[in-house]
Amino acid sequence: MRANKPMLSPIRLHKDLSAIWDTRPGLQRLASVNHTTLGKRFIVTAIVFFAIGGGLAMLIRAQLATSQSAFMEAGLYAQIFTMHGTVMMFLFAIPLFEGFAIYLLPKLVGARDFAFPRLTAYSYWCYLFGGSMLIVGMLAGVAPDSGWFMYTPLSSRTYMPGINADLWLLGITFVEISAICTAVEIAVSVLKVRAPGMSLDRMPIFAWYMLIVAFMMLVGFPPLILGSILLEVERAFDLPFFDPKRGGDPLLWQHLFWLFGHPEVYIIFLPAAGLVSTFLPVFAGRPLAGYIAVVIAVIAMGFLSFGLWVHHMYATGIPHLGLSFFAAASVLVAVPTAVQIFAWIATLAHGTPRFSLPMLYVFGMFFVFVIGGLTGVMLAIVPFNLQAHDTHFVVAHLHYVLIGGFVLPMIGAAYYWLPHITGRRPSRVMSNIGFWTIFAGFNVTFLAMHLTGLKGMPRRVHTYLPEYGWEALNFLSSFGSFIMAIGFAIAALDLLLIVRFAPRSTRNPWKAATLEWAMPIPPPSYNFASLPKIFRRADTLEPSTMAAELAGGMGYLAFTRNGQMETLGVEMVGGNTEQVIVLPRQTYLPLITAATTGVFFLLMLFKFYWLALVAIPLVVICFLFWTRDTGLRADVGPVPIGHGIVAPYHSESADAPSSWAMAFTLVADAMLYASLLFGGLFLWASAPNWPPAELPALGVVLPIGVVAAALAAMASGILALRNVGGAVSIPALALCAACHAIALACLFTLAVTGIPSFTQHALSAVIMVVIIYLAAHHAMGVVFALFGVARMISGKVSARRTLDLRIGNQWHLYTAGANFIGVLFMVGLIAIAGTGAAP
Amino acid sequence: MFPMFAAAGVSGCSGDLSTLSPAGPVAGSIATLWWVMAAGAALIFLIVMVLFLLVWLRPNFGRSFSQRAWILGGGLAFPIPLLVPLLVYSFQQGEILLHIGGPTETPVRIEARARMWQWEFIYLDEDTAPSTVGVLHIPAGALVKVTATSEDVIHSFWVPRLSGKVDAIPGHRARVRFLANTPNTYRGACAEFCGSGHAGMLFSVQVHKPEDYARLIKAARDTSLRASLAQVHP
Repeated sequence: MRANKPMLSPIRLHKDLSAIWDTRPGLQRLASVNHTTLGKRFIVTAIVFFAIGGGLAMLIRAQLATSQSAFMEAGLYAQIFTMHGTVMMFLFAIPLFEGFAIYLLPKLVGARDFAFPRLTAYSYWCYLFGGSMLIVGMLAGVAPDSGWFMYTPLSSRTYMPGINADLWLLGITFVEISAICTAVEIAVSVLKVRAPGMSLDRMPIFAWYMLIVAFMMLVGFPPLILGSILLEVERAFDLPFFDPKRGGDPLLWQHLFWLFGHPEVYIIFLPAAGLVSTFLPVFAGRPLAGYIAVVIAVIAMGFLSFGLWVHHMYATGIPHLGLSFFAAASVLVAVPTAVQIFAWIATLAHGTPRFSLPMLYVFGMFFVFVIGGLTGVMLAIVPFNLQAHDTHFVVAHLHYVLIGGFVLPMIGAAYYWLPHITGRRPSRVMSNIGFWTIFAGFNVTFLAMHLTGLKGMPRRVHTYLPEYGWEALNFLSSFGSFIMAIGFAIAALDLLLIVRFAPRSTRNPWKAATLEWAMPIPPPSYNFASLPKIFRRADTLEPSTMAAELAGGMGYLAFTRNGQMETLGVEMVGGNTEQVIVLPRQTYLPLITAATTGVFFLLMLFKFYWLALVAIPLVVICFLFWTRDTGLRADVGPVPIGHGIVAPYHSESADAPSSWAMAFTLVADAMLYASLLFGGLFLWASAPNWPPAELPALGVVLPIGVVAAALAAMASGILALRNVGGAVSIPALALCAACHAIALACLFTLAVTGIPSFTQHALSAVIMVVIIYLAAHHAMGVVFALFGVARMISGKVSARRTLDLRIGNQWHLYTAGANFIGVLFMVGLIAIAGTGAAP
Repeated sequence: MFPMFAAAGVSGCSGDLSTLSPAGPVAGSIATLWWVMAAGAALIFLIVMVLFLLVWLRPNFGRSFSQRAWILGGGLAFPIPLLVPLLVYSFQQGEILLHIGGPTETPVRIEARARMWQWEFIYLDEDTAPSTVGVLHIPAGALVKVTATSEDVIHSFWVPRLSGKVDAIPGHRARVRFLANTPNTYRGACAEFCGSGHAGMLFSVQVHKPEDYARLIKAARDTSLRASLAQVHP
């Protein structure tokens, strides 16, 4: 093995690594799994969607510039503003920060790639396909038109019979799959795939931000995914979750939407703040002040952001005392935000600030975001909110928050990392003009708009009468918005010119102290020719010296082995070397799988429901193909990583990234489930027309049968793992599959016999969805059990290589728990519904 | 009697939809709240920006406080004493507005029933529950309680010069209480996007002298108002 040979020359090492890691040219680019490549693709695609969303904004402003405008009629205007919000939120903001995180994180924490490169690629394709669905729909004239928060019953089939709303629900859910995948990817990779010695408290601050954001996404996105599923099911199959005549409730949608929607604002803000916390210290010439205070503040924002969603619903008639709780949480979130802002000020105060382009954008962010934060506090105040809610005051506020808290810092970050991404140095003049044009245009547009709102202009009106006195203000806003658009065009052109023509940059042009600069720029596909050992906080390093050492092969893994892509996995908290992670090579599988997933969504969209049902197993089969290249056929034992240290391959490790990925996926899954159960209880407590005329009758035998079968499946999974390598193991897993099948049969019988027509009342509809949820888990349980059998037969499982069985067991355990809770929930809900209406 | 009822609704819509020119105590106290918060926010904004520019442009100024002092001072000591009183005050104000008129005063009860895209107002205090479309009649100086509901999608009842809004949600009945000081006509609008007729879903509120209102209602009681609704306000 090469590992034991003397050190390779840097050039030889570069060639060897490039041969393995580089994305191949031509059409083989579609097979890329490289985080640098995919990060750039995310960023560029997001910028394209930003241009589309910006164009839509211009149409909106053109319409509102004068009273009684005849430019667009109401229906078209509704499509335009719905798409503007949808594109900017789901297709621009989230993917843009994901792109930066994907590009930067492995480099910042000293790894060669993320833990699951193919998942990153799958995530990109889902985003691209889902986003394209929406844009194609818009060009075909059937864009969603119920507003970007899709309130029911306006978005229900009765009032929106076309496919416009389906396009939103399916397209956005497709894109959300991408977000969930990225969240799992980021959480696992930050926790497990870092340079040796990088303990949690030595991580660069951006890794902390993204770790917290990833968890927020895992918890925050499932409520919206569930809401979208329920609404799509209502539209497609008439299950009345949101129809008040049949025990549903439009308010359920609002709760699910804002349970996602408010954390979403922080999910967008925090990554941008994390990038500022990374580059602001470079220009201050000293490390970030209050590292621990900032981490605590970010965690606090993460928690509090989940307690604010009702402040979007003050006018719905919730009791004042209840509102006050949410008002308090909404106001108090200003405290950790202030800690964050003053940590930046403290860093500047104790440094020697240098003026530069990224810092100009930081100035813009301070100016704009502070105003947005202050109007946010105002809107949290209940009486004021009741006046300002749903007016242009809110439109102005949210643009101050999102442009100040996201767009401006992201452009600053783009200028900062541009030398890294392109190897070229930004120029000054045009960039400055771009900034000031955006800044002036923005404030003219949106400062005036606060007043427009206070003067009573509601959101989403396509026309207004001259005597309302809104015309001058609206004209000013429209004028400003075109200035702003010109500014964005200048900035875009500037970036393009830099990418194309700017002079080459020196390495580490800003004199940064973080790891991503300890490599040539633009970066090689493998990032680091050898992996560093970290001895102190990773924002106080000397990348210039490290770059030469690492390229010279003085770190770990300074060799290639069997043509494998290798990086190191560490013990989560302490950062000690734990395993050698072998990453998958370039493959078309993510593209094929995403395309198959897309086929499912298209079949749903065009109402081929039975065919869509067939597409689901096809997606599962695609994913099963992913496992062909993974795992070892024999025990290998620890392998050398250089410097006389050895570590096992990840498939032999007791703590491989994939089992964490399963754990985090189950967190998101559990949130989806919890949202569903909350939905059922909420309908019982809040919806009119309860109880239903006819109650579902589950009986005793079938529910007990389901729980017993699920427990037996779990037990046989554990038995198989205990006896791995023995004779009992394969039969035990076969039994596990059989138990899942029995549970599936019980649930099917229950659905057919126990549930009176589920289109009649929301109670039956909710129970039906719980049953389908459990059934889907048992079906996947069969897949996991049989997969374990296949892996054992093919020799990929041994007493040392139990990863596949452990992942399966996580699933069996979760399924058993979900069944237990599900049966209790169903029986309980029917019982309390039977006793009459809620208090 | 009845034609007058109607004609007054169409003509003479004085005033606009501005929350900043309140015409009743509820909207009035919220407008005051806004001005107080706006002044406070402007001051806070100035302080933060001045500090930001000072530490940037005058390095020695910033070093006179420790980093810890900056973070704890700016992050905790600065916002908390401002936010807590604001919360307490606004909670109190919310309670006052919510229970305006107190438990003793009997409000004039109106149901605002929304549908795509018009408002029907039902006068619940009268036995025949007469109703009007597109125009709401109330007495000046009397406490009014509007209960909003909807027959189709979600709308929102809003008369900016009198009070904050309340959503009209199918299957729900949310309430808002307010008073109008003097006889006049005010505009109202639907504040929640409700489809292509959203922008045109306007109504007016006619505030009458109490004796005029009593006369109007008495006349309305005797007339079969519901039957002639369509002619009143299409």
